[in-house]
Amino acid sequence: MTTYLIKGARPYGEDTVDIVLRDSIIASIGEDLSVPGAEVVDATGLVALPGLVDLHTHLREPGREDAETVQTGSRAAALGGFTAVHAMANTDPVADTAGVVEQVWRLGQEAGLVDVVPVGAVTVGLAGTQLAELGAMADSAARVRVFSDDGHCVADPALMRRALEYVKALDGVVAQHAEEPRLTAGAQMHEGDRSARLGLTGWPAAAEEAIIARDVLLAGHVGARLHVCHVSTAGSVDILRWAKFRGVQVTAEVTPHHLLLTDECAEGYDPVFKVNPPLRTDADVQALRAGLADGTIDAVATDHAPHAMEDKECEWAMARPGMIGLEQALSVVVDTMVETGLLDWRGLADRMSVRPAAIGRLEGLGLHAQGRPLAPGEPANLVLVDPAFRGTVDPAALASRSRNSPYAGRELPGRVVHTFLRGAPTVLDGKATR
Amino acid sequence: MKRHLLEAADLDRADATLMLDTAAQIESALAGREVKKLPTLRGRTVVNLFYEDSTRTRISFELAAKRLSADVINFSAKGSSVSKGESLKDTALTLEAMGSDAIVVRHPASGAPHRLAHWVRGSVVNAGDGTHEHPTQALLDAYTIRQRLGRLDGVRVVLTGDVLHSRVARSNVWLLHTLGAEVTVVAPPTLLPVGVGSWPVSVSYDLDAVLPNADVIMMLRVQAERMNASFFPSAREYSRRYGLDARRMALLPDDAIVMHPGPMNRGMEIAAEVADSVRSTIVEQVGNGVSVRMAVLYLLLGGAPE
Repeated sequence: MTTYLIKGARPYGEDTVDIVLRDSIIASIGEDLSVPGAEVVDATGLVALPGLVDLHTHLREPGREDAETVQTGSRAAALGGFTAVHAMANTDPVADTAGVVEQVWRLGQEAGLVDVVPVGAVTVGLAGTQLAELGAMADSAARVRVFSDDGHCVADPALMRRALEYVKALDGVVAQHAEEPRLTAGAQMHEGDRSARLGLTGWPAAAEEAIIARDVLLAGHVGARLHVCHVSTAGSVDILRWAKFRGVQVTAEVTPHHLLLTDECAEGYDPVFKVNPPLRTDADVQALRAGLADGTIDAVATDHAPHAMEDKECEWAMARPGMIGLEQALSVVVDTMVETGLLDWRGLADRMSVRPAAIGRLEGLGLHAQGRPLAPGEPANLVLVDPAFRGTVDPAALASRSRNSPYAGRELPGRVVHTFLRGAPTVLDGKATR
Repeated sequence: MKRHLLEAADLDRADATLMLDTAAQIESALAGREVKKLPTLRGRTVVNLFYEDSTRTRISFELAAKRLSADVINFSAKGSSVSKGESLKDTALTLEAMGSDAIVVRHPASGAPHRLAHWVRGSVVNAGDGTHEHPTQALLDAYTIRQRLGRLDGVRVVLTGDVLHSRVARSNVWLLHTLGAEVTVVAPPTLLPVGVGSWPVSVSYDLDAVLPNADVIMMLRVQAERMNASFFPSAREYSRRYGLDARRMALLPDDAIVMHPGPMNRGMEIAAEVADSVRSTIVEQVGNGVSVRMAVLYLLLGGAPE
């Protein structure tokens, strides 16, 4: 296996050092290292971070290989600086059996660009009525720890309680898509001033907050772990802060798009901006940033949701919700959190690598661990970022099979230059290695 | 003048006034003529692309285009474009390839005309999109008010009914505001959108209280089926609290007018004796619709005046 000598990198944006990667691990970190026979990677001025971990990715395989495959999604992830992604369960067939999660896991192994960690469905067929065989998925080769009906809320409170209790035995977590479905029938965008004028049916913030409030109470009652997907409102941040203060084992994620974009994007009715939960107001964006900065929100998760062209080039109401984001996630977080002074690079590493890995129970897997610090002896998962770079997003140039990027034409800071997965480059000089 | 008419909200006062003035000119140009036709749009093609049933609006646009000597194609595609199999974009490109100069579109999805305007080079006229807007309805309503009352500036207009689901309400709110009218919307709170506070209107839940100060009362259609989703308890209760009957009409000032965009639910939001009274402009509104739509097509397609 090739030994790499990374010259002139700044771990967590701090002092400049050289980093040696050998036999899948970080062999040494120090000044002016020289390693005979090693391949030298020039990282002058680049920030080194632990490989990013995404808790929320839609890879669309099996079922919608026209929109994304494990291969194309893995490439997009590596180019975005990720070394692990959690693949959501709403595929066709649904990932609600050991067979499907193992299939997705194997496809990830074959692609070999990131660790593809399957998420298992909470209920059979995402139908919200009967628990899927969560234990079988946990015990499978895919080693599922995160369970989610994402795309649908586990709306039945009794079923949600049972799911929370049941996964305690699996060291698992239920990742809830918080949306009270009776309050969002036909909903198209955030309910507020803009929906009133645009004549699009509103998705009230209370529909998210009501479920989060209910679920933190349930999680506290039964002593189980709860994770809240794609938090989008200021009220949700308040409820999470209260729940954490009370000692509830709750974690939460926010998407890059909810940190940057608002419902103003719905003007013009371009469905590339249609997403669930919807883009909210500027006050919500500010509250989400503050929540991520103070740790109320634990992680950034992309909710990368590729869609075929025909599912977006249509009327707003007929379009599928969702936007891609793996390749721009880091840039958006740099833009919204680092350049604003809300997080430093260590903070970014914590929210995009350390904590998501811990939520997914990936931090203790030895050589296959994720979210570990940049230190000798740790698995050599790292990303090297050019913080000075500024570029304009061109959807046609993305590795994802889909083009539904909300950032088209937008200038964003930061660029992933190199990514390493267990000591092997998956991205070199901005190009995927396979 | 813009190339498209997508919403009343983006019309400025000058453009809106020009549309009304042009409608008046067209009406006087045609008055007393034996052949009610102008050659202005000869050789131009106007497509009526209707994804919803709407006999009155389609006929009004068809008549308007024909009176301007345009060729008119009626393309009826009931149901959504997706369920029909062909996408809205493909339909639009097909129509354009056939040489359409303007597409008049009625669609159940809010914003569909905006999407169309992205894909075609010709003009797009919104003939009603979902629960968003119906700008030519607002123009003909404004035209009717001006005709009856002689002005729009300072006119006190009460809009009442299912504001939440009404594209007529949205268009009227913005256009009347732009033209200087004072608008009050009245409805049960369930039929007002969250966010109505950001509109340039007063809001009331009490119809009786606002009627004595109204110059115009505009009734919006209320579908009785809304009670199934608990927007109100029953059609009877709605009618009692918000319907315009003879008693309520008597609360209006003597010269106030009663408007309705149609189709009416007699006995629900409006009583028969009110709809048929001398205050009612309902039939005039229909006639004015043709003149206003002629003006819109004329101005958007830039036809030279005769």
